[in-house]
Amino acid sequence: MNLGTIPDVWTWLTDGSNWSGADGAWQRVTEHVFLTVTSLGLACALALPIALWLGHVGRGGALAINISNAGRAVPTFAVLVLLTMSPLGKHGDWATTIALVLFAVPPLLTNAYVGIREADRDVVEAARGMGMSGRQLLSRVEVPLAFPLIMAGVRSAAVQVVATATLAALPGGGGLGRIITAGFQTYDTPQVVAGAVLVALLALAVEGLMVVVGHLVDPLRKRAVRGAAAAPGADAVPPATGGTGAAEVRQPEKSAAP
Amino acid sequence: MTSTDCLAANEWICGEYVRTRKEELLDATAQHVGIALSAVLIGLLVAFPLALAARRWGQGPVLGLTTVLYTVPSLAMFALLLPVFGVSAAVVVTGLVLYSLTVLVRNILAGLDAVPRDVREAAQGMGYGRRQLLLGVELPLILPALLAGVRITTVSAISLTTVGAIVGYGGLGNLIYSGMESFFKAEVLTASAICVLLAVVSDVLLLGLQRVLTPWVRHRAGAESAR
Repeated sequence: MNLGTIPDVWTWLTDGSNWSGADGAWQRVTEHVFLTVTSLGLACALALPIALWLGHVGRGGALAINISNAGRAVPTFAVLVLLTMSPLGKHGDWATTIALVLFAVPPLLTNAYVGIREADRDVVEAARGMGMSGRQLLSRVEVPLAFPLIMAGVRSAAVQVVATATLAALPGGGGLGRIITAGFQTYDTPQVVAGAVLVALLALAVEGLMVVVGHLVDPLRKRAVRGAAAAPGADAVPPATGGTGAAEVRQPEKSAAP
Repeated sequence: MTSTDCLAANEWICGEYVRTRKEELLDATAQHVGIALSAVLIGLLVAFPLALAARRWGQGPVLGLTTVLYTVPSLAMFALLLPVFGVSAAVVVTGLVLYSLTVLVRNILAGLDAVPRDVREAAQGMGYGRRQLLLGVELPLILPALLAGVRITTVSAISLTTVGAIVGYGGLGNLIYSGMESFFKAEVLTASAICVLLAVVSDVLLLGLQRVLTPWVRHRAGAESAR
């Protein structure tokens, strides 16, 4: 192992000239965050309403679950290159954004669908019996119950988007991946590793942020806390188990039962 | 109209490309399968002891670490491993092994957790030692969860191998990369299509293996739905 690169990586990261300018690291961070936020927002706006509705009416389960398996089989790198070489590639960041949205949709769709379907049927039936309409049922009962899984899907999608946005540098897109690819072109290993460290830190920061946001906006959080206080020792809400894995381990169990 | 026209016109689909570059495509496919397959096999060899250690000494650290690894984007993962291995296939294989651990360790642990206590106690009562219990009782019972994990891991590994092109060991990804640089549409599309095909074929093969190795899963599911 060549430990000699570590001081050089540190030197690169602490050198102000690497951070400023039109292709400095700050610019790349901004591009990366912008691409991530836009694509994740678009993907949520597209996938969540469809998934919630499909889950509510109980249709399209095979599609909602298999789309994640299909998404895994398609190499992100290939899609990025294909879209950049298509006529779309002439319109700036659009090719990248579309690729990012395409890869963010499957985890969103699958998790939200499964979450709604797995909402406690007794509670849903009781709410229906109380005279709630379909819309009220969805917004007041099913979505709050499905919230942890919906957020797991959003987290998984965010991780996917950050990773794919990094790859977008290969066909010439912006983002932090550019620091890595530029380093490879000039055989500058410290720069390659420095870029990778920044990408990894951003990915972990996004994941961490999603965990915090998910916790803060959880509609059942307050009630869960109250419930736990009323019944000490009762495990109100299971602790968050790393979104990506949890969602992925669930699916095969679902698809394994014919 | 001759078939070479599609090469000159730089069309997406071109039979002539496949005919003239058959060797190149086969070599790239072989490298691709080699990298992905060795990553899954090494991943299994590492995941088992890791899962057993996690079961014995607490799951938290292992699950936390593998989740963090999973969050690191592939390009960064390969770049971070570059100083360790230099420009070699080991960079790509190691990166893919680290990704595979997330799903494999999780699924093995979930499988072990799901082994009924009665079964374990019955085996112990029959005089099974710890080793016999693991190999003779628990391993067969966790097979469905394990194979489900192997399927996910394999399909992801095949797809992620393409990113190895950044260090020149990306199998079909190398062709996608060179096709991108020379704007050779047929090369990019053909390599991408073979890559998806590889993933689908391996998924179907593993599903078949799953059915052959764990026939009771289907019987039980059938019996339950018949009830």
